[in-house]
Amino acid sequence: MRRFASLYRELDATTSTLRKLAALREYFSAASDADCAWAVFFLGGEKPRQVIPTRVLRTLAVRTADIPEWLFEECYQAVGDLAETIAHLLPDPGSGSDASLADWVEHRLLPLRSLRDSALDDAVIAAWRELDASGRLVWNKLITGGFRVGVSRLLVTRAVAEVAGVEPTLVAERLLGDWQPTAQAYRALFAAERGDERAGRPYPFFLAHPIDRPVEELGPCEQWQAEWKWDGIRAQLIVRGGRPYVWSRGDEPMTERFPELGALAARLPDGVVLDGELLAWRDGAAAPFALLQQRIGRKKLTPRVLREAPVAFVAYDLLEIEGRDCRADPLHRRRAALEELVERVADPALHVSPVVVATDWNSLAAQRAQARDRGVEGLMLKHQDSAYGAGRVKLEGGGWWKWKIDPYSVDAVLVYAQRGHGRRASLYTDYTFAVWRGEELVPFAKAYSGLTDAEIREVDNFIRAHTREKFGPVRSVTPELVMEIGFEGIARSPRHKSGVAVRFPRILRLRSDKKPRDADTLDTLLRLIGPALPAPFIPERGEPRE
Amino acid sequence: MPIRRPRAPFSFSTWLRRPAVTPRTDLVRLTERGLYCEAADSYIDPWRPVDRAIITHAHADHARRGHAHYLATRDAEQVLRIRLGDVSLQCLAYGESVTVGSVRLSFHPAGHVLGSAQVRLEHAGEVWVLSGDYKVAPDATCAPFEPVAAHTFVTESTFGLPIYRWRPPGDIFAQVNEWWAANAAAGRASVLYAYSFGKAQRILAGVEASIGPIVCHGAVEALNDAYRGSGVTLPPTLRVSDRPGSEDLRRALVLAPPSAQGTPWLRRFGEFSDAFASGWMQLRGARRRRSVDRGFVLSDHADWPGLQSAIAASGASRVFVTHGQVPVMVRWLTEQGLEARAFETEFGGGDDGAEVP
Ligand SMILES: [Zn+2]
Ligand SMILES: [Zn+2]
Repeated sequence: MRRFASLYRELDATTSTLRKLAALREYFSAASDADCAWAVFFLGGEKPRQVIPTRVLRTLAVRTADIPEWLFEECYQAVGDLAETIAHLLPDPGSGSDASLADWVEHRLLPLRSLRDSALDDAVIAAWRELDASGRLVWNKLITGGFRVGVSRLLVTRAVAEVAGVEPTLVAERLLGDWQPTAQAYRALFAAERGDERAGRPYPFFLAHPIDRPVEELGPCEQWQAEWKWDGIRAQLIVRGGRPYVWSRGDEPMTERFPELGALAARLPDGVVLDGELLAWRDGAAAPFALLQQRIGRKKLTPRVLREAPVAFVAYDLLEIEGRDCRADPLHRRRAALEELVERVADPALHVSPVVVATDWNSLAAQRAQARDRGVEGLMLKHQDSAYGAGRVKLEGGGWWKWKIDPYSVDAVLVYAQRGHGRRASLYTDYTFAVWRGEELVPFAKAYSGLTDAEIREVDNFIRAHTREKFGPVRSVTPELVMEIGFEGIARSPRHKSGVAVRFPRILRLRSDKKPRDADTLDTLLRLIGPALPAPFIPERGEPRE
Repeated sequence: MPIRRPRAPFSFSTWLRRPAVTPRTDLVRLTERGLYCEAADSYIDPWRPVDRAIITHAHADHARRGHAHYLATRDAEQVLRIRLGDVSLQCLAYGESVTVGSVRLSFHPAGHVLGSAQVRLEHAGEVWVLSGDYKVAPDATCAPFEPVAAHTFVTESTFGLPIYRWRPPGDIFAQVNEWWAANAAAGRASVLYAYSFGKAQRILAGVEASIGPIVCHGAVEALNDAYRGSGVTLPPTLRVSDRPGSEDLRRALVLAPPSAQGTPWLRRFGEFSDAFASGWMQLRGARRRRSVDRGFVLSDHADWPGLQSAIAASGASRVFVTHGQVPVMVRWLTEQGLEARAFETEFGGGDDGAEVP
């Protein structure tokens, strides 16, 4: 446990990917297979189930720390993280436990599930007593189901692959699905690839980079295939051995949740893998993401849900055909085969993402400007000769780029501030912004992200010096500070005082050059609201290219 | 170079000819200029310009410029002059008392930084002790905190939450040594950000100087000189202007003020690991916000148990709480059966006391 706690501390302390990778490698080289298995499991994002209700844990902590409830609450406000608050408040940290991580998980953590009431309390307190401060933090994170640390599954995969000396994609594929954290399963990650491993396993998704240069610098426009960037769930649709599989980009199996895709897959030939976007689909057109979200939120798929929010698969790419991995083929060849396949299958729930036809970059830019009306996020640019790569690799001379539309933006005035949680707990980092309605400032958005650390400190100082009133953790401030707020979407909302709701608001920049009076008005916001739904899109066959 | 002094030194004990009247209110009260003792007609760590300022220690938020006359400890003299220059400054040894107006005044070690003091004020049998900033943990660079019996105790509350509990400083220095030695072995410099007055010297005195050369930023080195001049032993240090060789720089511990983070000054060190030493490093959020590789939890302020033990040791039945976790401490102390109140001072921001870590 000591080694894992110190790995957690290291991963938590640094923002450098290289240092994180080094720490992971060191752990995987030194720890036992059983420990590594659990480390891969937890660090890879598999959350252990919460075994003790937060309320019970709090009560237990207050009792053990022997402080009044209100003081615990003050501490929690300052720390912003329950597990960490408790770790700091418990008296007399032990010297740490020599027992292994696997031991802790299998003999201490998992058995908690079958314990109730005072037996559960006693087990938790006994663990606290043994652990040192960093061990307590990890333990608290594990039992509250809140275990999370700043590493991606991709990074964990890479570290294991480097230690094992095998391809990262092979490790990634082996970790997909129902991977069980046992010593044998961990050892198996090191093995050479077996033939039967492929069925049901998606390929690593190839991701595009945000474009970092003027498009003209990409070379002649006709060498690039442009497609809309759909606002749905990126997924792979797989048919192998007569069975369908659906995987989301988050490596989440979604086959059960989309039965209509199962029906569709039955019509596809065997040995096919498609990359595409899952979209809610109504009246022959893509519906807003909100509709898909409603469906994802449902625990049970009743016929009514299926009727009200049907989905379709809009294919971007063909990764495998007739059982052959064709990812290395040039895009234009994969595309031709994809179009041929989709046409042959002719299923109402399967479409090809249309190619946006343009003769030059200017005309493409003009079409991109209409992206918002179409309900898409912008354009994808893929080189005609590009292979389907793995992960977010930059291909020299022909990768994939995303060319998103600029978000909406308005200038707004900071009116309320609240302390952040987690890593920003001692600063005021959560802001509420307002725009003018006549002589009144109406709050319309909350935003957290977008400022640099130095700016956050500056704004925090401003807030402390300009507080008007405090209501619990919230302060109202004199309306003086103007910031430019960007957001992805806007809609009317009777539930909000301003009458509008914005999607994904974020801070684009501090506008110290502006006075509060220069901020935008509610009218400006209302004018940004278009028709109730994005204009319908009728999928069309992509124009074949020369 | 001898420091020029005013020809007829001002004396706190002789300026007030008339015996001050017995105050109708508390011996010390809050005014817009600072904490004021009417019976001595003097202010303690005032934040607006006044005639007579009694200074607990030389941090910027407690020892401000612009007062006519200053009274501080002998140990604080050199560090205070760095900040204030050639002002009218009268100094007392710890424990030495003077009469100011109708008040008997003396300074007692606060253990915070070199020359830091608690101010003891006695008037008509009533004793007030104002702690300034203090810590109870050991520190080789200043006199240790000394409990002083008082009827009324004025305490700081920078780390006044039970989540703040410090480990023994020896443990922290061992962590610093380990980090420095590992970096030196890997051929990269170890840049440690620490407040240039107090924290930096405490680290210098605490680390294992044989690991490698120690390079100090100019802001730190100025204080080092004052510390050495005041009789505190510190290991040898280099300035960048001494042109240490690149071989040395790669093994060096570099002490710099937090403001040096992200500045071109650091370029000369090539690849380095960086760390921040502060009590705020106790919290993961603060550590990450600093964006440094390591956070060392080392504070010159009392932690929660330290605050409680100091308050208890004063034997005071009345406690005024200043800068930090004021409402929390007031409520806690009230629940402990003390008469506790707040002093809304303008302290904080001078060192660890800044709430922004
Ligand atoms: Zn101080
Ligand atoms: Zn202070």
